[in-house]
Amino acid sequence: MVITTVGRDTDNNPSGMERHMTIKKTLLASVIGAAMTSAALAPAAQAETTLRMAYDADPVSLDIHQQLSGGILQLSHMTFDPLVRWNKDLEIEPRLATGWERVDDTTLRMNLREDVEFHSGNTFTAKDVVWTIERLKRSPDFKAIFEPIESASAVDEHTVEIKTKKPYPLLLNLATYIFPMDSQFYSGEDESGKDKGTISKQGSTYASSHLSGTGPYEVTDRQQGVRVVFERNDEYWDEQSPGNVDKIELTPISENATRVAALLSGDVDFIAPVPPNDLERVREDDNAKLVTMTGTRIIYFYMNQDRVEPFKDKRVRQAFAYAINQEGIADRLMKGFATPAAQFSPEGYAGHNPELKPRYDLEKAKQLMAEAGYEDGFEITMMAPNNRYVNDAKIAQAIAAMLARINVTVDLKTLPKAQYWGELDDRAADMMMLGWHADTEDSANFFEYMTACPDPETGAGQYNASNYCNPELDKLVADANVELDKQKRAEMLQQAEKIVYDDAAVIMLHWQDLAWAADTNVDLEPIVNVMNFPYLGDLVVEEED
Amino acid sequence: MIAFLIKRLFHALLVMFVISVIAFAIQDNLGDPIQQMVGQSVPESEREALREELGLNDPFLVQYLRFAVNAAHFDFGYSYVFNQPTTDVVLRHLPATLELVAATTFLIIALSVPIGVYSAIKPRAWLSRFFMGVSIVGISIPVFLTAIVLIQIFAIGVSWSPFPADTGWGAWLNDLISTEGGMPAYGRGDPVHVFGTWETNFASLEGLTYLVLPAISLASIMLPLFIRLIRAEMLEVLQSDYVKFARAKGISPRRIYFLHALKNTMLPVITVGGVQIGTLVAYTILTETVFQWPGMGLMFLDAIERSDIPLIVTYLMIVGLIFVITNTLVDLIYGLINPTVKLTGKPA
Repeated sequence: MVITTVGRDTDNNPSGMERHMTIKKTLLASVIGAAMTSAALAPAAQAETTLRMAYDADPVSLDIHQQLSGGILQLSHMTFDPLVRWNKDLEIEPRLATGWERVDDTTLRMNLREDVEFHSGNTFTAKDVVWTIERLKRSPDFKAIFEPIESASAVDEHTVEIKTKKPYPLLLNLATYIFPMDSQFYSGEDESGKDKGTISKQGSTYASSHLSGTGPYEVTDRQQGVRVVFERNDEYWDEQSPGNVDKIELTPISENATRVAALLSGDVDFIAPVPPNDLERVREDDNAKLVTMTGTRIIYFYMNQDRVEPFKDKRVRQAFAYAINQEGIADRLMKGFATPAAQFSPEGYAGHNPELKPRYDLEKAKQLMAEAGYEDGFEITMMAPNNRYVNDAKIAQAIAAMLARINVTVDLKTLPKAQYWGELDDRAADMMMLGWHADTEDSANFFEYMTACPDPETGAGQYNASNYCNPELDKLVADANVELDKQKRAEMLQQAEKIVYDDAAVIMLHWQDLAWAADTNVDLEPIVNVMNFPYLGDLVVEEED
Repeated sequence: MIAFLIKRLFHALLVMFVISVIAFAIQDNLGDPIQQMVGQSVPESEREALREELGLNDPFLVQYLRFAVNAAHFDFGYSYVFNQPTTDVVLRHLPATLELVAATTFLIIALSVPIGVYSAIKPRAWLSRFFMGVSIVGISIPVFLTAIVLIQIFAIGVSWSPFPADTGWGAWLNDLISTEGGMPAYGRGDPVHVFGTWETNFASLEGLTYLVLPAISLASIMLPLFIRLIRAEMLEVLQSDYVKFARAKGISPRRIYFLHALKNTMLPVITVGGVQIGTLVAYTILTETVFQWPGMGLMFLDAIERSDIPLIVTYLMIVGLIFVITNTLVDLIYGLINPTVKLTGKPA
């Protein structure tokens, strides 16, 4: 029973009470009814605002540098504060850094907020920022994106200087990943004599089970895989924050149908993600509301030029691009829960090129195939995951059917993600699916991983499963990465998108939308964003009457 | 007796050994755990270093021997996801599953015995026919569907209004077939701590409400089977000579049915039941997933999804052990109620 655990639901919510108690006397319900009435009479909890939320998974660790993943970033934003963060319009907003200036092309000086305390009671200073950046550079998951940073140093108590190896235009983007950790709290040795700052994927570390940040919530109870309880940090520095939630109970519910049922039955107040098949059901429910947003994760297919000779011919790749009906997939298969794409960069990114539109044209596709001498088509293999992206396996089937119209026979295999990643690493099929979100919220990231000429030495093109290689494009992206003029840089990246589009390096499908749902009294809209880390510290839950 | 138990102990060890070899042999097909542990943009060199650190590059035999030597010291390794010894993780999830199985077993016994006996005594009564009809339906509906339907009806609620709502009788009929929900849709709520890793749902009425829907859907698979089994056995026993003799002797039907006949009916039921309890543990995987019941089944499915191989191996071995233990218990109980059976196989 829910009632005893939650203040908000019991205090002044007679209707909610009724909902739980009055089960109609059907065959089974009469038995249950007796049990429930007495449960409802149990003493109510104190008057505090509790948000019960269900995600599809709980954070794998309390160490925010152990893994670069959505779950860990969501945790970071609840329990820590970044130096700066993105607002809803993808603009940078000051948090623990109050201001910044470029001293020279490679140095950024940041002023830090004063009078901020960690959960442990230690005072936040520039030393913590330096310590955190050094730890990030040691983290296997973060060190790649922090590679451009040469060093960080404390100028005084509340000023920090960050030096980059080369002029680096994305330093502020990186600063959204710097969540200063309590250096004093994480220094020294734990009971077993290990350094408290150790980052490890294997075996437990001090940091994986202890947490001290500056953020709006402290972790007060955690049973991995079952529940995490967060309580409001009474000393939170951000007094401007409208947030009024005192306690958050996070439960992982991996089963889609159950997560939705938990919301509709009133067992939880907030769920994410909302499965596309249940969008209508949630939207039509009187007690729940739904918020959706165009996401930033691009879903696309590789065409492996190493494995398939015809893919080396640009006309064949273009023919494939012309044969795919992105709008049809977004409309019918995704039921509108996707935005058709013809480039990597979603709107709002520097490299988003508004001229590039999906180009479905079957006649043109056939003509290009004929020009390339493949009028009669050929056979290819295709692989896609079946539990990673929304409708991933169905999308792959639709693509296979569309390619059949230009006489390409597809041998499709879909498999669970755990197995799929290994196959992708091995480049095991001619066409393979991937979804990608740029960790830097910047277009250059797409080109570095997906279209750069593969080079195991530098790690460039790590996910270039097309074996596409265009030195001209690589040069353009490299130049953009040292261009500090925002306008010029955006033009270069948009040019890069155009090249990928013209070359049909990969086949873009869509950006997957995001969806959250909550009780009607949870003011969700202001705190959710395209990065999919809700700023729960600022969440307002209205009193129910 | 002691010889029997020692034999069973070896039996258990053998089962666990075979399971561990099989689990190890298939681990390459369970996916790459590294992919689950690192972010998407982590360079290959870091992945390789981690793979080396976990010993995943070693040949099969080396990996297995390392595991076997440690396992002999009751060290089954660390879960990749939980970063804790796998035995701790499994033991933490075990009570939830055992409680669910216990509640289900109770439901099955409490319902199948009276219903089975009744429909054997009065095979032509309309109620018996109704039970038999429902049990056919019960067997053929997948647990997953049963669970989802239960959640919809009793947790979320349904409102149907096929009858005119503005008339008194119509509103009454509509109310009769509509529900307002209110039962918990998932999880265990706040179970009461007993000791160690054991937290119980049996301590309060509130805790019990969380058990109701999962236990019913889990019972829905076994209940029809047991009703039919008890009915068939009872029908057979009622035809036997000693029952006819008892009737002729004028013993009250009650005493015949519930003392003499039922006792002999239960013999095969216990054998089947013991085996089925093990199967029940396996079925908890489905039920626990739908109800997000934090037991071993849910943990196992998560472990598979995340390629947490040490945890998968440990789970399989412990479930194997549970099978052996329940079978041993069944044999012991069988010996108690049927003295003609000798466990050690020596002549009576």
